[in-house]
Amino acid sequence: MDQLGFARLQFAITTIYHFFFVPITIGLAFLLAIMETIYVLSGNEDYKRLIQFWGRLFLINFAVGVVTGLLQEFQFGMDWANYARFVGDVFGAPLAVEALVAFFMESTFIGIWNFGWDRVSKRVHLLAIWLVAFGTMLSGFWILTANSFMQEPVGYKMVHGTAQLASFGALLTNPQLWVEFPHTILASYLSASFFVLAVSAYQLLRHHYSDLFKFSFRLASIVALISAVLVIFAGDLQASHLRTSQPMKLAAAEALWNTTSMHAPWSVFAIVNGRTQKDYVQIQIPDMLTMLAYKRLSGSITGIHQIQAQYAQKYGPGNYIPPVAPVYYSFRLMILAGTLMLAISAYAVYLLKRSRFSEKRWFLKTLEWSLILPYLANTAGWVMTEVGRQPWVVYGLLSTARGVSSTQSVPMADIVLSLIVFAVVYGAMAVAAVYLFRRYIHWGLDPTAQQPELTDEEMFLGGSHV
Amino acid sequence: MLNIFWFVLIAILFIGYFILEGFDYGVGMLYPVVGQSDHERRIAVNTIGPIWSGNEVWLITAGGALFAAFPKWYATLFSGFYVALVLMLVGLIFRGVAIEYRSKITTARWHKIWDILLRLGSFLPALLWGVAFANLIKGVPINQAMNDVGGFWSLISPYTVLGGLLTLLLFLAQGASFLTLKTTGDIRERSLKLAKRLLPVALVVAVGFGVWTATLPTVNHQGLYWLCIALGWVSLLGARMIIAKREKWAFLLQSLMIALMTAGFFLALFPRVMISTIAARYDLTIYSAASNPYTLHVMTIVALTMVPIVLAYQIWTYWIFRKRLTLQDHLEY
Ligand code: HDD
Ligand code: HEM
Ligand code: HEM
Repeated sequence: MDQLGFARLQFAITTIYHFFFVPITIGLAFLLAIMETIYVLSGNEDYKRLIQFWGRLFLINFAVGVVTGLLQEFQFGMDWANYARFVGDVFGAPLAVEALVAFFMESTFIGIWNFGWDRVSKRVHLLAIWLVAFGTMLSGFWILTANSFMQEPVGYKMVHGTAQLASFGALLTNPQLWVEFPHTILASYLSASFFVLAVSAYQLLRHHYSDLFKFSFRLASIVALISAVLVIFAGDLQASHLRTSQPMKLAAAEALWNTTSMHAPWSVFAIVNGRTQKDYVQIQIPDMLTMLAYKRLSGSITGIHQIQAQYAQKYGPGNYIPPVAPVYYSFRLMILAGTLMLAISAYAVYLLKRSRFSEKRWFLKTLEWSLILPYLANTAGWVMTEVGRQPWVVYGLLSTARGVSSTQSVPMADIVLSLIVFAVVYGAMAVAAVYLFRRYIHWGLDPTAQQPELTDEEMFLGGSHV
Repeated sequence: MLNIFWFVLIAILFIGYFILEGFDYGVGMLYPVVGQSDHERRIAVNTIGPIWSGNEVWLITAGGALFAAFPKWYATLFSGFYVALVLMLVGLIFRGVAIEYRSKITTARWHKIWDILLRLGSFLPALLWGVAFANLIKGVPINQAMNDVGGFWSLISPYTVLGGLLTLLLFLAQGASFLTLKTTGDIRERSLKLAKRLLPVALVVAVGFGVWTATLPTVNHQGLYWLCIALGWVSLLGARMIIAKREKWAFLLQSLMIALMTAGFFLALFPRVMISTIAARYDLTIYSAASNPYTLHVMTIVALTMVPIVLAYQIWTYWIFRKRLTLQDHLEY
């Protein structure tokens, strides 16, 4: 691998890792806000303990989300300096707005929420969590505005070989943004709902505070079902949008090497070989791809070879084919995970009446394991989006190879070193976070009672004198 | 005009960041010293509990503003200072997680791990920001293609290390004063004692670094630079003199010193944003590094509406949590 390869690896690792924590933050803030609203309206003090339980998990997650985001903010300048010079004029704006509008709001009000239980009134406290939930959504909106520009550049003009902002409004009305944003936010609500379902299932299986965890189970199952339906709906819109905005990505996601007839079948599963450029063992549903992409009964989808020929004419000789197999498989994985989550949440809602779910031990066990699904779907979604855009970093404008920092200021050794450092640090933080999650889930509603006490000797360990 | 406005705004964001996170870093390094028992240490960490995360956003915003208004500055700076930035980010990662996780499990071993990371994570940025700013003033080898070709070791020299020492000491002193303000009893006594000792040392380094900077050929606006720096020294001296009686005012004077010093740095740079030691024509300036006027215009509107709102609710937070922490208080961290 060369300098570019390591820079890409670093970007992929750090963003995917960031996005392990982000959807839970966005979704759980929203669920907490709903729970606290119910608490304030009902005045039932038991709910407060439940909210504080979810709040502790939220904060364990939030801490890692924040620190991994810090690196995101700086790495465009570190590894992708030429990208930053090329597109900073357009791309920097939403990033700065995100910090000003969203990050300040989230961080400040999460402080008030966490420390304010006894210091502000119930209503102000409730307002704080709603502002956190709203802030996380805003931050998703602005970063996706930036990302959408990379997928579908709009509102810019080329001046002296760099992209310059020509219309901020166009950036905000980017059609890509308005399919990507709902999909990502709904995916976050779905992810957090599955988190709550899995943890509630764990508690119900062990008969811990069953009444309270039945409550969070109910809430999460309803939110999960609604967002599962909508996320699939939004994903479908995204796929049809790709037909016009990034046909190469759509072709790669379907591993369509050649243009189809007017009745394109949808590939359920195939073995894709990028080297021979062929698919083996096809299982297909007739006509379905046409329906997905066109929302009508006839229409052909252009194949990879044909688009490659078009692009070679348009952009000059070169290879414009992204790695097909990862795009194809990640799309399948996301859809599989999404379908499973839809089925599971539908069944959970079906069992809501008279809390029948609490007796179905096999189902509660399934729910514990299904926590893996949102993580798979989220990662697969980003792999598809980003890998499918290759070889471009800004679609049609700047190739990834031209966006990387110059080897004069950032030699490969530096990137390898930082890659190793961040991998180790991130690995250690993951271990700590998972450990804490497990302890705190296990300890349930009153962790302090179950914590060991420090001995006198330990209390004074490591103290020095002034 | 807008280019100057954005240069000033970025200076203000850095001033805000250094003042607010300065004491956070100080507390992050000093809490094991002022707190003798675990309970006291927790109190010390909790003084910054509700606010440190919002304070850190000043840095993120400065980074974002740099990207939006001066993308070429952002690109050259962060790729050029690569390894130093990796160190700083590792520090910030350790710190953020450590504050949140430290008191989540009450075993001595768990605390020990996070105590090390929290101290290290507060120390690294406190030191590295001074090194970075000293390099900005001294100049770095930027070539025709706007790339800094110096590498990590070229950032280290006696002058830049002194710069690092200066921010480190200022932030330590700032942390000690903040702890004096926010605690009672023994912790407060120890913090006050520390602040009294740290302030004169910081003043000596500030004078040394300020004078050394003035002798550099790269410094612009000598007159104004001297004014800021000298007023800064006076503030620091004043802080030392009144801290025993009026700790609030001493803390404000120290903040003023940090503001003046940062303003002095930016004045010494203006209108350049990065200085090339290869040739003056490779300098990045507020014009050659900037976004186009349209972006600056849009961003100006956003900044002028959002900054007052943000300031308002951040001040409100400080007001909510204005009381001193005592041994009886409930602790989150
Ligand atoms: C769809 C949502 C989403 C996406 C795609 C991203 N983020 Fe993120 N980010 C969040 C949603 C979010 C969040 C939920 O709002 C976080 C998690 C914890 C937090 O404080 O905010 C966050 C934290 C966070 C922070 C720390 C903020 C703080 O201290 O409060 C930074 C600097 C970034 N992010 C920057 C980025 C960058 C540069 C990204 C692109 C590569 C990115 N994020 C992708
Ligand atoms: C917002 C959340 C984002 C996530 C989760 C994300 C995720 C990913 C993933 C999974 C890859 C694939 C890595 C690979 O196969 O090499 C990637 C590549 C990349 N992305 Fe994104 N991305 C995001 C946004 C952005 C943004 C905003 C930029 C702006 C610069 C960006 C720039 C890149 C670059 C330069 C690459 C390297 C090219 C590549 O390796 O394929 N991404 N990202
Ligand atoms: C089952 C039906 C689903 C379909 C048809 C679908 C479709 C898509 C498509 C076409 C993209 C790429 C968009 C682009 O490149 O412009 C995408 C991206 C993504 N998907 Fe899905 N998706 C589904 C389910 C899910 C689920 C269940 C999750 C998570 C819980 C998820 C999370 C994501 C994420 C995080 C992205 C990247 C951000 C974005 O481009 O929106 N998806 N999805």
